[in-house]
Amino acid sequence: MKEFGYLRPSQVREALALVAADDGARFLGGGTNLVDLMKDGIETPTRLVDVRRLPLDGIREAPDRGLVIGATTTNSDLAAHPEVRRRYPALSQAVLAGASGQLRNMATVGGNLLQRTRCGYFADPSQPCNKRSPGSGCSAITGEHHNHAILGWSDHCVATHPSDMTVALAAYDAVVHYETPDGSHEIPLSGFYLPVGESPQRETVLPPGALITAVTLPAAAAGPRARYRKVRERASYAFANVSVAAALDVEEGVVRGVRIALGGLASRPWRALVAESALRDAPATADRFGDAADAELSAARPLRDNAYKVTLARNLIVAVLTELAHRAE
Amino acid sequence: MTDGTRSEILLRVNGLTHRLDVDNRRTLLDALREDTGRTGPKKGCDRGQCGACTVLLDDRRVVSCLTLAVAADGSDVTTVEGLAPDGELHPLQQAFVQLDGFQCGYCTPGQLCSAVAMLAEHAAGWPSAVTTDVSPERPAPELDAVEVRERLSGNLCRCGAYPSIVRAVLETAARAEVTG
Ligand SMILES: Cc1cc2nc3c(=O)[nH]c(=O)nc-3n(C[C@H](O)[C@H](O)[C@H](O)COP(=O)(O)OP(=O)(O)OC[C@H]3O[C@@H](n4cnc5c(N)ncnc54)[C@H](O)[C@@H]3O)c2cc1C
Ligand code: SF4
Ligand code: FES
Ligand code: FES
Repeated sequence: MKEFGYLRPSQVREALALVAADDGARFLGGGTNLVDLMKDGIETPTRLVDVRRLPLDGIREAPDRGLVIGATTTNSDLAAHPEVRRRYPALSQAVLAGASGQLRNMATVGGNLLQRTRCGYFADPSQPCNKRSPGSGCSAITGEHHNHAILGWSDHCVATHPSDMTVALAAYDAVVHYETPDGSHEIPLSGFYLPVGESPQRETVLPPGALITAVTLPAAAAGPRARYRKVRERASYAFANVSVAAALDVEEGVVRGVRIALGGLASRPWRALVAESALRDAPATADRFGDAADAELSAARPLRDNAYKVTLARNLIVAVLTELAHRAE
Repeated sequence: MTDGTRSEILLRVNGLTHRLDVDNRRTLLDALREDTGRTGPKKGCDRGQCGACTVLLDDRRVVSCLTLAVAADGSDVTTVEGLAPDGELHPLQQAFVQLDGFQCGYCTPGQLCSAVAMLAEHAAGWPSAVTTDVSPERPAPELDAVEVRERLSGNLCRCGAYPSIVRAVLETAARAEVTG
C-alpha cells in the first residue's frame, strides 16, 4: 500500500476543501471497498478524508413524508430502521442480502453507492482492464465472464455493478444528494450511473471531489407490498448473479402500480421500465408477468458464458411478482 | 502540502487504554496483534472475506482487517480476550467448549466475537436476510438454525465445524432467555 495522509473533519465545508486541495484525495466511508482496493494497489490515494465524523448520520422524515437517509448511515442501521422496514421493506431486505453482519456495520450508504465492480480482472493489475487502466482492453469479454452483464454493456466493459442496496433504491425512485464547493445538488438514481459507453472508468455523474450527503426516498414509493430477492452461488455472503426488487399494487386482479429493478445484469441497477409499462392495468397473472419479463429481457445480449442469466432473471421476476400478487389479494 | 503519514491514536482495548503511534496504513488487526499484543483476532484472508479478525468496535462487530487503526482512534475495542476478562469464560465460550464448537480453533475468536454481537443485534430486534417479514410490527424472528447460519455467514470455518457452532449459539441463546 502507498503511504497516505489521514484527516477527519467534522464539517462538510471543511471536508470538501480538504479533498479539493489534493488531487489524490479520496473520501473514506467504512473502507470496506476502498481499503480492500488499496491493498491491491488498484486505489492509491495520497490523502484519506474520513466522512464518518461529519453530521451526515441517521434517518429522518422528509418534508414530502418520504425519508432522508444520511450518507454516513451504516448499512446495518439502514436495514434495521423501523420506518425503512415499514415503508420500504425491499430496501431493508436488499441491504440485509448484501455482505455480512460485520461489513454492514462498517459500510456506509455513500460508500455502497460508489463501490466498484467485482470483475476479477479489475482487481488484478497484471491483466488488461479498461475500467482500471483506460485503453488497455477488456479481458472479460473473451475471458471469464459468467457473472458479467447481459444488459447495457459496451465493447469497452461488460462488468456489473455489485450493490444490492442500489437495486432497491432504483425501484423506489431514490434521489442522490451531493455537495460540491459550488453548493448542493441532487440527481435521481436513474441518472446517477452513467451508461458504460467508451469510458467505463467514469461510473457516475458526480464531479471529482463531490461529497454524497444523503439519499431520499419519495413518499409515493412507500408501501408494504415489496420484496427483494437475490440469487447467488451460495446461500449467503456472496454477490448476486441476479436479483430483483419489486413492488406491486393489485386491485381486483388488475395491476395498478408496479416497480421492478434488476441487479447483477448491468453496469448499474436496471430499472425494468419496459416490463412495468407492459404490466400497468394488465391482469396480475403469472403469464402476464412472464410476458413482461420477456419484453424487458428482449434487449439482453448475453456473452458466451452467461446466457443463463436471461432465464434466471425471467424466472425470478415471475416468482417475485407472483408472490406479491398473492399477498396483495 | 504533504500530509503526515503517521498518526497518534488512542485505543481502549478490553478496558485498557493504549496510546499508539501508527503508520496510517496500519490496519486495526495489525495494531491489535503487533502493537497491543492482543493476538486473539486472527488474520485469515486480510480482505474482509472470512471473519477470523472479527472484533467489537464500540460494541458492534467489524472485520478489523479492513478497518484502519487510525480511523478507529478513540474507540473501544473488545477482542476475544475481552470476553473473559477475569479468566472466567463467557457463556458462549463455555458452550463452544462443551459442544465442540471448533476443531483447529483458528476461526473461533472471530466466531465468538461475531456471535456475541449477533445475539445483541437479534435482541435489539434486527431482522436478517432470511426473516420472512421485516415489518417492525412483527416480533423479532425466533432464533433457529437458519437464522443463526445467515447471521453468522460472515464467519467461515475451514474445518466445517458449523453444526456444532450453530448448536453452541442456539444453546447459549436459549439459556440467556431462561435466566433473562
Ligand atoms: C467480502 C465482501 C463481501 C461483500 N458482499 C456484498 C454483497 O453481497 N452485496 C453488496 O451490495 N455489497 C457487498 N460488499 C460490498 C460492500 O457493500 C461495500 O464495500 C460497501 O457498501 C462500501 O461502503 P463503505 O462505506 O465501506 O465504502 P468505502 O470503501 O469507504 O468507499 C467506497 C467508495 O466510496 C467513496 N465514498 C464513500 N463515502 C462517500 C461519500 N459520502 N461521498 C463521496 N464518496 C464517498 C470512497 O471514496 C470510495 O471511492 C461486500 C464487500 C466485501 C468486502
Ligand atoms: S469487464 Fe470491465 S472491469 Fe472487467 S476487465 Fe472488462 S473493462 Fe475491466
Ligand atoms: S482476516 Fe479479516 S475477514 Fe479475513
Ligand atoms: S475450527 Fe478450524 S477453521 Fe473453524
